Amino acid sequence: MQRYSIFSLARNALSGHRNWPQAWRSPVPRQEYDVIIIGGGGHGLATAYYLAAEHGVTNVAVLEKGWIGGGNTGRNTSIIRSNYLWDESAAIYEKSLKLYENLTSVLNFNIMLSQRGVMNLAHNEHDLKEMSRRVRAIRGNGVDSEILTPAQIKQLVPALNTSKSRRYPILGASLQRRGGIARHDAVAWGYARGADAFGVDIIQNCDVIGIRRKGGKVSEVETTSGAIKAKKVGVAVAGHASVLAEMAGFRLPVDSHPLQAMVSEPLKPILDCVVMSNTVHVYVSQSDKGELVIGAGIDAFNSYAQRGSWRVIESQMSALVELFPIFSRVRLMRTWGGIVDICPDASPILSKTPVEGLYFNCGWGTGGFKATPGSGWAFAHTIAKDEPHPINSPFSLDRFISGALINEHGAAAVAH
Amino acid sequence: MDGATYRVLDGCRINKDKPLDFWFNGEKFTGYAGDTLASALLAYGAFPVGRGLKYHRPRGIYTAGSEEPNALIQLETGGRTQPNLRATQVELYGNLIATSVNAWPSINFDLWRVNDWLSPLLPAGFYYKTFMGGGVATGRWWRLFESSIRRAAGFGKAPSAPDPDRYERMNAHCDVLVIGAGPAGLAAAAAAVKMGCRVILADEQAQIGGDLLADDREINGAPALDWVGATLKTLSKAPDVRVLNRTTVAGLYDDNFVIAVESVGDRNGPPAPSQLPRLRMWRIRARQIVLATGAHERPYVFPNNDVPGVLLGHAIRHYAGGYGVVPGRRVLLGTTNDSAYRTARMLSEAGLGVTLADSREAPPPSLVEAVTRVGVTVEVGFAISAVRGSRRVCGAEISRILRDGAVASAPRSMEADLVGVSGGWNPALHLASHRGAKPVWNETQACFVPSNLTALGIHAAGAVTGVGALADCLDQGHAAGRAASKAAGKIRRTRKPVIEGDDVADPVPLQKIWAVDNRQPGGKRGKAFVDLQNDVTTRDIALAAQENYRSVEHLKRYTTLGMGTDQGKTSNVIGLALMGQQTALEPEAMGVTTFRPPYTPIPFGALVGRDQGELFDPVRETPMFDWHVANGAIFENVQLWKRAYAYLKPGETLEQAVKREVLAVRNGVGIMDASTLGKIDLKGPDIVKLLNMVYTNRWDTLKVGSARYGLMCREDGMIFDDGVTARLGKDHYVMTTTSGNAAIVLAWLEEWLQTEWPDMQVFATSITEAYATTTVAGPTARDLMSSLDSDIDWSNDAFPHMTVRTGKVMGVPARVFRVSFSGETSYEINLPARYGMALWEALVVRGAIPFGTEALHVLRAEKGFILVGQETDGTVTPFDVGMGWAVSKKKDFIGKRSYARKDTARQDRKHLVGLLPVNKSTVLPEGGQIVDDADQEAPMAMLGHVTSSYWSPMLNSGFALALLKNGRNRSGDTIHILSLDGNADEARVVDPVFYDKERARMRG
Amino acid sequence: MLLIQCPYCGPRDESEFDYGGEADIVRPKNPEKLSDAEWADYVFFRTNTKGRFKERWVHTHGCGRWFKIVRNTTTHEHGDVTVFGGVEPEAE
Repeated sequence: MQRYSIFSLARNALSGHRNWPQAWRSPVPRQEYDVIIIGGGGHGLATAYYLAAEHGVTNVAVLEKGWIGGGNTGRNTSIIRSNYLWDESAAIYEKSLKLYENLTSVLNFNIMLSQRGVMNLAHNEHDLKEMSRRVRAIRGNGVDSEILTPAQIKQLVPALNTSKSRRYPILGASLQRRGGIARHDAVAWGYARGADAFGVDIIQNCDVIGIRRKGGKVSEVETTSGAIKAKKVGVAVAGHASVLAEMAGFRLPVDSHPLQAMVSEPLKPILDCVVMSNTVHVYVSQSDKGELVIGAGIDAFNSYAQRGSWRVIESQMSALVELFPIFSRVRLMRTWGGIVDICPDASPILSKTPVEGLYFNCGWGTGGFKATPGSGWAFAHTIAKDEPHPINSPFSLDRFISGALINEHGAAAVAH
Repeated sequence: MDGATYRVLDGCRINKDKPLDFWFNGEKFTGYAGDTLASALLAYGAFPVGRGLKYHRPRGIYTAGSEEPNALIQLETGGRTQPNLRATQVELYGNLIATSVNAWPSINFDLWRVNDWLSPLLPAGFYYKTFMGGGVATGRWWRLFESSIRRAAGFGKAPSAPDPDRYERMNAHCDVLVIGAGPAGLAAAAAAVKMGCRVILADEQAQIGGDLLADDREINGAPALDWVGATLKTLSKAPDVRVLNRTTVAGLYDDNFVIAVESVGDRNGPPAPSQLPRLRMWRIRARQIVLATGAHERPYVFPNNDVPGVLLGHAIRHYAGGYGVVPGRRVLLGTTNDSAYRTARMLSEAGLGVTLADSREAPPPSLVEAVTRVGVTVEVGFAISAVRGSRRVCGAEISRILRDGAVASAPRSMEADLVGVSGGWNPALHLASHRGAKPVWNETQACFVPSNLTALGIHAAGAVTGVGALADCLDQGHAAGRAASKAAGKIRRTRKPVIEGDDVADPVPLQKIWAVDNRQPGGKRGKAFVDLQNDVTTRDIALAAQENYRSVEHLKRYTTLGMGTDQGKTSNVIGLALMGQQTALEPEAMGVTTFRPPYTPIPFGALVGRDQGELFDPVRETPMFDWHVANGAIFENVQLWKRAYAYLKPGETLEQAVKREVLAVRNGVGIMDASTLGKIDLKGPDIVKLLNMVYTNRWDTLKVGSARYGLMCREDGMIFDDGVTARLGKDHYVMTTTSGNAAIVLAWLEEWLQTEWPDMQVFATSITEAYATTTVAGPTARDLMSSLDSDIDWSNDAFPHMTVRTGKVMGVPARVFRVSFSGETSYEINLPARYGMALWEALVVRGAIPFGTEALHVLRAEKGFILVGQETDGTVTPFDVGMGWAVSKKKDFIGKRSYARKDTARQDRKHLVGLLPVNKSTVLPEGGQIVDDADQEAPMAMLGHVTSSYWSPMLNSGFALALLKNGRNRSGDTIHILSLDGNADEARVVDPVFYDKERARMRG
Repeated sequence: MLLIQCPYCGPRDESEFDYGGEADIVRPKNPEKLSDAEWADYVFFRTNTKGRFKERWVHTHGCGRWFKIVRNTTTHEHGDVTVFGGVEPEAE
């Protein structure tokens, strides 16, 4: 692997940049691998990377039906945070954030992590109580989080309308300063390049059409490029998890929904912090390119179509302009959709399955990007050791049977 | 600015009797009504109007339409400023103020131009490869560079004040929506009208006619614009036709739901007249759609192709024909197809010197002859291989060209100050792509065309299908209009009208050239731009290929090709074709990136319409709301409701008010507006069956006139609502819910009744807003009620706790529930909503003290009563909160089975407990986390949290409810509650009932 | 934006409806007799079909009635409306 640096850039400039090597190879698949990872998104590539880097397992292939990073990795709003309520969630998301904080130098690929802070607004009594509980739980878990007054909020984000006479006035906010955004594509490419350097085969345009088992144990993956033998198979296909589970003969507690996101035209810097509001229901940040990156809730219906309905966009835009009236004349440039797979408790599955040697990573819903390094790290451990790491053992499939759910639906029922 | 010396013709779109002054970058210009900002500027020459994103090289106007990559401007100032508009789409108005974006300090002297000279260090994706130092952990360098990259990126500036304008939404339905009012669209609309359809015709331009507006074309032997006029007249006479000009169809959604944005109020400049919205967002449901969106011209790429004065060939024709503007004297046109000949002839006839370089070896003889006759020099087999100049074209080179764009000869120098490039046409198929229709490659026309549309209810016609001839456009338009009408169910025999174009007799297909690869000795080198807005060059694409970022999406994301505000309308196809050349793949195999809505950018305000400020969400007010406002109430938002939180007397703090209200209820009588409580009327013979399933307790024995408390759970066994249900008659009950869950509980009952138990005979009806509900609570509540004119016997024997009575109160029919959330003697009086205020005022006059929700919460917490949503959060069972007594063992109910699961059956789950702070004056923080050892390292072993915490005037102490791991077995233990400052409060675990454990007061 | 065929009211915009997920999940008659895994299968596990999918909708801002439609989750094409329990309504 040729190291990237300002010096290598300068050296290559002299040769007209004609000597840069491939960031990753595009090899022909071998007949057999120790581990096959299905899904070349951030989670799958990170898993392959940590299998090689942490566990010395390098006879690994990542099979991607399209182009790497093309699913939810390339479609999210790139927000990173670890301000989760429950201990189990805090542990894995914080592990992930810690890995993110070193990722650029570990991968020698600038993922452009921008720890500009993630702010969650509170608009009513219930929000304030929830926020208080959440911040205190987060701090107890050793994760940074603080409570801001409306005056402090205005100072950090002058573009917000903090007037008390709004329909839903801003009464306070929590802030995780270590939260922020990163360049989503770079995360996928960085892991791909890193894994490739260890000898992992990244195979694009290779669709999996079957998972063969022998005596309850996984044996072979059928693909559009032929059958490939594997001792172990890890599945990290987000929205399509149920489709892969069906190939292996079981069902999952997930539903797949469209999640839409959008960007404005690029503007000069106007927003230096990620702002989220659950009550007015929108979240927004400004990318390094200057676009406002906006998202909110899922479309209610099941879908694999990577597109949703217009009304979802209208409602989150109303929410955005309600919070930031000065954005009214800014223009919406592009909207898109991904497919998110959501568990009933809004927590993920990182687990062994009823099939021996087959492991599933799914159910991240709307929050998968921020979890990419931690998820890949824990999934690699689970596959290498055939046993979950303590950090992901709570996220087993079995919790739906035992009842030990990890309920991360942000707000519980509001009632008085 | 000196005169508009490049206005050399009569433009059919402008009105020379109406000159308009405007300001650009601080200088005064003059144009005419009908001009766009771009045409008015070009009348002064093709000077720089913008700067490229990365290298900040000067850029001029490049196109005549919505595909413009270069001429981005900031329009107006203050609250009405609008960033990133394309000068090509801004209709000129008097005193317009525009400035260039992304140039610092000015358009003419831009310091960031230094990037152009540093460009060897800044190849595609350079930022992924550097700025990584500054310590392993933090990336300090990156933080430094990030802020400077952020400042350099972005184009215009967001407004600094709220938007003073208004936006509207409009819903519409039609049989056939025709998108695009060029020849094909007009023919389609005319055909659909003849078939008897309701038709909407939408076009993004101010004038109807599309491409015909720029041309001296003929239809049926007469000027084409005559035909446009006649067709419009026919449409205007038809009963159900709406022609929407200045209306951009921005997105297509499932089942032909269409969004379109109409420019309404500010076409003559801001501000919009007060009676008009600035923009109108159309939400159209069309049975069928005719897609007649035309095509965008694409260039071919050569070194220095970004210099101001290089335009798309077709744009030059538009400016000449439409606006009388030709921003040069000596014109060089480079083409790969027939379309440029018309431009060449038009310019030459206007007296300009014109050279036409046609890359093809054998262009149509008729065209060559026609243009040669009027003085155009035609260079057959030549293409433009470079342009000289930096702020303005000051010459060019042409070279003999091979099939793949390679140069076969030493370049020939050409005199030129205006260069037009015609590389072929890209059908504007974006909208079809929104519906998921995959574009397919058409090799003859060398373009992607839409496919498989009919199944989606879409019919394509005209240039969007790849055809070029006017006759074909007209034919297809007519056919599509008829087909769409038939598919919409309108079948009528009509005769096909005769519409004939004036096309070339001997057309020759275009030559596929993407980039002129100038490697000949003496050939001018320089950056050849594929994406002008994002400054992506042919070299960037080669580098992406070399580094294996080869799929179209990787190409786009790595180089930023097509990610600008134009979304790559002039650059995408060239970029992917060049990648294809690098990787030996045809464009067909490369595919295109998916086009997504909107087609062109839409101001957020247009999406929002009136849904902001006061109208963002409706406000629900109770019948007594005005009294609360007039009497010092502060309110809290509970869902859409405004609820009185506390009533502040002059000079009183919130704490003092709450304390006064609590004591009023404990010692005398208080009244509360409980109208927001959900009330569901239940009728039918099977109510008991229903209640037995949705509540955890049994309902078989409830007598008429009695009430019972119930807990509702989901199938996972977790509490989601609670409330009292009373039996009014044999088959008549009324259920109450929490305020926030009223609609959710009704929907829950309906779902089960309709989908699981359709045989169960129960009607459930929301009556929440039919009643005003006043809670009268306190030891003297009975005395107060007895003082009112009523036929109800208020005595404890006649009307005991947990019963319901109907009768008259102050002459009005009333339902009165004897239930208590405060722990005192308590009546909930339900009157028809319009009498609520009268009762309320009567009670106040008799000395009752109004109390708000906060006092109620103190009162109920002293009693250890849970508040759903505060003591519960979707993870709490009835057993967890100590309400196992309300869970029947003898019947099935929703959620019951879940209690037997391994984790749910644990005995050491979190239980509801009471907490008394060791220091009595402390009010523990709500949400505070509970630990045994406050000095442990994080992550700490947190055992639960404080769910409710208040000051109790009765206990003269702070007190709290909490969920605590294994709490029921920890009575008497001292635990610690972490505070945010790093300290902790000590508290003792106690029973959650703090007041009147015997319940004597509430039953008395 | 789907145009949903309410069997009682005719075609109406998606915004008038609420979604009810996978259809034909029947509540077990005797939950007490099920294993934890069987109960979990009813409460949590779903088919999440890619392709033709039978699902439930309710016309919340209309007649308030529940019904089922078959919709393709990859193309959003839909048809085949069925009602719960009672008699099929007359088409509008």
